[in-house]
Amino acid sequence: MNPQLFQLICFYAFGFVTVAAALSVITLRNSVHAVLALVLTFFSAACLWILLEAEFLALALIVVYVGAVMVLFLFVVMMLDIDQAKMREGFVKFLPVGLIVAAVMLVEMLGLIGVRAMQAQVMGADPAIAAGMSNTEWLGHALYTTFLLPFEIAALILTVGIVAAVALTLRERRAARWEPASQQVKVNPRDRVRIVKMAAVRPDEPTAPQEPQP
Amino acid sequence: MISLAHYIVLGAVLFCIAVAGLFINRKNVIVLLMSIELMLLAVNMNFVAFSRFLGDVSGQVFVFFILTVAAAEAAIGLAILVLLFRTRSTINIADIDSMKG
Repeated sequence: MNPQLFQLICFYAFGFVTVAAALSVITLRNSVHAVLALVLTFFSAACLWILLEAEFLALALIVVYVGAVMVLFLFVVMMLDIDQAKMREGFVKFLPVGLIVAAVMLVEMLGLIGVRAMQAQVMGADPAIAAGMSNTEWLGHALYTTFLLPFEIAALILTVGIVAAVALTLRERRAARWEPASQQVKVNPRDRVRIVKMAAVRPDEPTAPQEPQP
Repeated sequence: MISLAHYIVLGAVLFCIAVAGLFINRKNVIVLLMSIELMLLAVNMNFVAFSRFLGDVSGQVFVFFILTVAAAEAAIGLAILVLLFRTRSTINIADIDSMKG
């Protein structure tokens, strides 16, 4: 088969799965099922990115999103006790509004971006390969030279995220018994234990008389 | 033959699905957060496609940063959600009206 035709077939297959999974994310009744549909969406989007030869980002999407963020979502969804029926109130009421807004927006976007002009842009040679590098190396060169400061700021943002998430959810248990560590460290052993000197004495007789053996 | 239009249209469709999700699931904060993640995915799709077709690395670098910020946003958003559920025992947006906004 013509490899370009094969790529096109792959694009349509993955694109169909992506759109179908995204639709089920917003329509499924059960939140856990919606999270799993979102996992499928991200996975097929990663497949589409691999088709674009953006391998590093595709794998980062799977590792970071499917591996970490979606698992966090699953934890929270399963931890909260949600009344599913109450959450569905207004679904039918707002369905026409949502559909109309989405359809109008889609038509406007497609009209604005000029689909016909972009169809002329076909996929050329991989720019990373043209530069004589792999995709990861290409991205890494840009990240560690041109974008070094934003890269470090991104690391700072992640740290702030950790601190904020921990500080928000940290719960002080007031009823629990606990020792202040600073006071424990300051304790002097001489305040707690007193050593008494006394002369040794020999016991004159056994303290308890021996019982006769039967 | 895959053209740039294919990916842009796919990104636009994903974004509109996410907007519709914001409208029809306006009670459930978890689905709202997931719709925002879908929007970010649509934007990332456009970035990667343009980066590939124009041969510019900046698009992929931006996707990297968007992934970072989105991960931090999801963590903090879910932390706020847990806190909200702990204090109010609900995540229904209609019940969260103490600020009378």
